[in-house]
Amino acid sequence: MAGAAEMRKVEFTWMPGGHEEMMTLNVGPQHPATHGVLRIVVTLDGEVIVGAEPVVGYLHRGKEKMGEALTYHQFIVHCDRLDYLSSNLNDIAYCEAVEKLAGIEVPPRCKYLRVILNELSRIASHLVYVGTGALDIGAATVFFHAWREREKIYDIFDLITGHRMNYGFARIGGLQADFSGEALAAVRAFTEEFDERVDGYEYLLTRNRIWWERNKDIGVIDAPTAVNLGLSGPNLRGSGVARDLRVHEPYAAYEDFDFEIPVGTVGDCFDRYMVRIQEMRQSNRILEQALDKLPGGEIFAEDRRFVLPPKERLLTSHDHQGVYPEKAVMEELIAQFKVITGAGIEPGEVYHAVEASKGELGFYIVSDGSNRAKRMRIRSPSFVNLQALAPMAKGRLLSDLIAVIASLDFVLGEVDR
Amino acid sequence: MEALKDALREKFGSRLVPLDGAKDMEGYQVPAGLLLPLCRFLAGESPVRFEQLTDVTAVDEFPGEPRFRLVYHLLSLSSNRRLRLQVLLGGGDPRIDSVTSVWAGADWLEREAWDMFGIRFEGHPDLKRILMPLDYAHFPLRKDFPLRGIDPGRHYREWDRGRKA
Repeated sequence: MAGAAEMRKVEFTWMPGGHEEMMTLNVGPQHPATHGVLRIVVTLDGEVIVGAEPVVGYLHRGKEKMGEALTYHQFIVHCDRLDYLSSNLNDIAYCEAVEKLAGIEVPPRCKYLRVILNELSRIASHLVYVGTGALDIGAATVFFHAWREREKIYDIFDLITGHRMNYGFARIGGLQADFSGEALAAVRAFTEEFDERVDGYEYLLTRNRIWWERNKDIGVIDAPTAVNLGLSGPNLRGSGVARDLRVHEPYAAYEDFDFEIPVGTVGDCFDRYMVRIQEMRQSNRILEQALDKLPGGEIFAEDRRFVLPPKERLLTSHDHQGVYPEKAVMEELIAQFKVITGAGIEPGEVYHAVEASKGELGFYIVSDGSNRAKRMRIRSPSFVNLQALAPMAKGRLLSDLIAVIASLDFVLGEVDR
Repeated sequence: MEALKDALREKFGSRLVPLDGAKDMEGYQVPAGLLLPLCRFLAGESPVRFEQLTDVTAVDEFPGEPRFRLVYHLLSLSSNRRLRLQVLLGGGDPRIDSVTSVWAGADWLEREAWDMFGIRFEGHPDLKRILMPLDYAHFPLRKDFPLRGIDPGRHYREWDRGRKA
């Protein structure tokens, strides 16, 4: 295979390029291969890319401004709309950041359930990469195979949260609800068959000659450049840097699990593909361990500043005979009201980063003591990763740009925020 | 941990003020003129190398003065540590040296800080708006920018006028 790539390199050298008549081509903002509303202004010499400038902002909704105008609880649903392919991950990351700022410790069961949600989200997101990445290059079959498992994950999320997308399931100090037995059984059933499914994608792609030709030695970025550019997540690991926040800065309950950090060697599109494939297997391992070791107990923290009281304790209305529910008390209703209108957090600031499916997702929250954040900074992995597009695509063919876009695996909701 | 502190004290003396309040990571308040030499030192010479710039952002302290608090989050992959740098900038004409020459990844982060807060990064290769339209006149994340925006229908009206003409 290396021979084939060599041949293509030779082609470039004799390609007639007077460098006088460059062509400017707009890829996007409405183009299926740009995975959203990304516009890339490509300068071409013949079919060779001389420059590629991503133009972002078409999906800018001002999430950070909204984060500074809403109470801490109200902002949870907005985090869903950042990386909408792995919404749960964003919600949980945000809630963990607020918990860190307010000094709330969640119970172990909640941590484990969050790990399960995180890893399911990660698998779902990587499946989108495998499916659409292959589809962009022309391998339509993989798309259907990947979507089949993604559908199953979405069904599981439907069982757990009641939604297929944009769950809003995480809460500051816990989760909206405990998992049902049915949901846990569904996750178990999924983990049992998923490794075999990954074998299936690998069977279709890993040794596929066309996939090799389109991905090997394309979009190469070496480790020092990748680090200097600020890359994180699978894009950084594809270049051979073993950095995973789940291992290096453990949050939730990740220190309890045994898993490996897959890394690439040369940092081309194929390495990034292999990293994501193996990460799905590792995520599956984590899921299995989380189900095996799932502790019992509460899912909500003790801290009543942020945690809603149990519903049956709320004094809301009496029945038709004028009898109030037995356990209901007025104090809990007042507590509920105070939580909903927002509890203040002591002045301070915190940066909390998690390993999202795309890389390092960080929340930098500055509190001035009120019930709204003074600064809600979202450090999104896709935004920083997208800077690598130009160096990766430069000197390659226009068709390689599609492979590079797919392998960077960004989500525009998170880039533009 | 001590090695870095000692090296910074030796090199920059008392001009760096440690930030004690934060619980999540250590940090320093840096005079604006010292930022670029400090970043060069941290990325290339210090005992703990900060190979990656994770984030650049600002906090608007409006109506307080100095108005902007520019915050840099640095990451050392080799020793798994983070560092926060903070620069205070006045509200009149906030400018600071760009660190793109140290970390290439600062490019878009600084463009975003310019776009959202109007902080000028001198020496940046191509400082222009990134999320807002290129001809936008305001800085949305400043505290005196209203939540509903300023004249949000402008683009639609211009488009509509063009359509009818």
